[in-house]
Amino acid sequence: MKKIVLGTFNLAALMACQGAAEKEAASTDSHADYAATLQEQLLDAQSGDVIEIPAGRFTFDRSLSLTVDGVTIRGAGMDETVLSFKGQIAGAEGLLVTASDFTLEGLTIQDTKGDALKVNEGKNITIRGIKTEWTGGHKTSNGAYGIYPVQCENVLIEDSVAIAASDAGIYVGQSENIIVRRNRAEYNVAGIEIENSVHADVYDNVAIHNTGGILVFNMPNLPRPGHSTRVYDNTIVENNTKNFGHAGTPVASVPAGSGIVINSNDKVEIFGNNIRDNKTANIIISSIHMAGFEGLSTQDDFDGYPEGIYIYDNTLEGGGNSPDGLDLKALKVAKFGLSGSLPDILWDGFQDSEKFVDGKIVDEHRICVDNGDIQILNADAPNGFGNPDVVDMSAHSCELEKLKPVKFSG
Amino acid sequence: MRFVFVALIALWLSACSPDSEPIETTATLSVPDPVFHESGNPKTLTEWGQIASNGVEIKLASEAIIFDLNSALFSDYALKLRTVWLPDGRAAQFQPDQSFDFPIGTVITKTFYYPRGTSEGQVLKPDESHGIYSHAANIESYRLLETRILAHRKEGWIALPYVWNDAQTQAELKRIGDIKPLTLVDAEQQTEFAYVVPNVNQCAGCHATNNTTRKIEPIGPKARHLNRDFAYETGPENQLKFWEANGVLDDAPAQVEIDKTAIWNDDSASVNERARAYLDINCAHCHNKVGPADTSGLHLEPDTKFGPNLGLCKPPIAAGTGTGGRLFGIIPGKPEDSIFVYRTASTDPAVMMPELGRSLAHNEGVALLEEWIKNMPGNCTDPAK
Repeated sequence: MKKIVLGTFNLAALMACQGAAEKEAASTDSHADYAATLQEQLLDAQSGDVIEIPAGRFTFDRSLSLTVDGVTIRGAGMDETVLSFKGQIAGAEGLLVTASDFTLEGLTIQDTKGDALKVNEGKNITIRGIKTEWTGGHKTSNGAYGIYPVQCENVLIEDSVAIAASDAGIYVGQSENIIVRRNRAEYNVAGIEIENSVHADVYDNVAIHNTGGILVFNMPNLPRPGHSTRVYDNTIVENNTKNFGHAGTPVASVPAGSGIVINSNDKVEIFGNNIRDNKTANIIISSIHMAGFEGLSTQDDFDGYPEGIYIYDNTLEGGGNSPDGLDLKALKVAKFGLSGSLPDILWDGFQDSEKFVDGKIVDEHRICVDNGDIQILNADAPNGFGNPDVVDMSAHSCELEKLKPVKFSG
Repeated sequence: MRFVFVALIALWLSACSPDSEPIETTATLSVPDPVFHESGNPKTLTEWGQIASNGVEIKLASEAIIFDLNSALFSDYALKLRTVWLPDGRAAQFQPDQSFDFPIGTVITKTFYYPRGTSEGQVLKPDESHGIYSHAANIESYRLLETRILAHRKEGWIALPYVWNDAQTQAELKRIGDIKPLTLVDAEQQTEFAYVVPNVNQCAGCHATNNTTRKIEPIGPKARHLNRDFAYETGPENQLKFWEANGVLDDAPAQVEIDKTAIWNDDSASVNERARAYLDINCAHCHNKVGPADTSGLHLEPDTKFGPNLGLCKPPIAAGTGTGGRLFGIIPGKPEDSIFVYRTASTDPAVMMPELGRSLAHNEGVALLEEWIKNMPGNCTDPAK
């Protein structure tokens, strides 16, 4: 038997009786009718409009959606304006935006059934001072993404907070020209994830208590692969929360205790970060082959090798002391002893020999590391993890051309 | 002039009909006269002049053509009365794959209704004996819920939902949608559910099938969906032929050259054909190469080849809770381990597919997908092994 949420009749009745003239500023309380008022404002919005949501706590039983370009939705502040979707009965997200020139600022979206905020295909998207949160703690039953722009161009996400998403707190997918800065991501499976995206700058963020701190991924079967991401000046510490993602999702395979994870992505620059106490490894570099999706599962032309990875000038401390998963645990004990630790960088060891010239990897495909005495453990995955070992760092002593700062297109 | 007259009657009826008082005005129900509104959002369905009701019977504009689809979107088992009306002397241009190119001024209606149960709020799961297929029909045994209008204006198609009143004399515009608590009754059980009328943006959620242009388009009136017989008041005839004969469809090729989607629950087609027809009409409006769900890389149009983009051994991208712990969209031979079945059988908003348009699971549709996957050859490599 399905549940029927009582009060929906009231909502309809209230709506019917609420003339447009009767604009009783929906102030502090959780007026059920505010849901109708706000959705109506979203329907009637014109380009250039600013929809102000007052301070207060407002409850919604269905998704909100916006399809009009050029609209700003502004709350009274992250801690003042709260949109709660506890008890949501319909809709796959809290707020769904399919529009360009969109700004969302100063409010919290709470306890949505699915994603908190999804922006699907828009240009010039600004998310500022937004909190997305599941209030019951980090649980598998939480929605997948907190802040989720996908197939967007010119994306700015700043001064926001993402808590307890069962996939990624901040997830930018299949987008171009992205700045993610000064945000805090905690208790998500992935704190911040850039996936199949081109030209992203991720800086001044704090990723703490996630399963994995900051992820730069490419997945197969999508319209295009990503490349050119800079992850710098972030604080990525103690991302040791047990993976609570849904089996089958890409992030479900991220080991607890991962600081930065690069999977199958190219041209990734990691510098100036403070990466500390991530118990599996502070940095992981892996390929699609490690994730195991091959054969039937992958489009023929997918390039699953991470290439052109440049790591320098990071501050790394602790970590690697209690890796997630029996294989890694055994490896750690065997190689580094009970009280030892895995090196800062864990690499699966896959390289695309088909791209080799004269039997050697070409410079622009290398993993270059210039970070003091930092070490790489090659897990030797291509040979069935037969002989994992710390690599001779001279093989990674190289420089790559630095990526340019992200610029938004006109 | 005639329109105004009808509207007045309807207004009077709705104003003066308390919930249960019988109405004895059947004789006065005139055939509505279509009006095309170039702009604005008419507050009542009556103003469109496509459908009129006095609570006892409904009448459709005489020039409106009733149509049906080979396979239709599942909407919580609701029956649907579909009409299309084209302005005087105008015709739609045939398109082989897309919806027909309808002239400006075209109005399409879709009325959602159920056979009534014994008490208020109870509706019956329909069977073959139910349905409205004529221009004048008694509706006392039916509960009308909503009528959705698609109108083709100069600036493009618009979609508006109208919700019927309890007396079934009028439907009022509800741009923000509505929720109707109902109980679906069939031989085995009673199931309470929230019937959700979409808001205007949610209309576009399905009807803007290209997420870049975001233009609203009709979904059903495509050649392959319409290519079937319909029992017209003048006798059964192929719908496309009927449209042509009535001057509302131009440039249709010879019948044999027109695609025909399978009827999902008609065993005369193969399971594969029926499953692909089901996915086409239930999923492909979002899951196509340019649709809102192109972000997933899962394309469920009829021309998608058998492979990862059809879901075969495809790992999910952003499914979240929607994986249900399953690794792939489709695992041949293993419907119970396939995300397709998990999501289509679910009624959890975070999990269910389609995301919009239903609160109940379509058990028969899910069973078809199960059968399809069960008979599929091949297997997937488990990444954990």
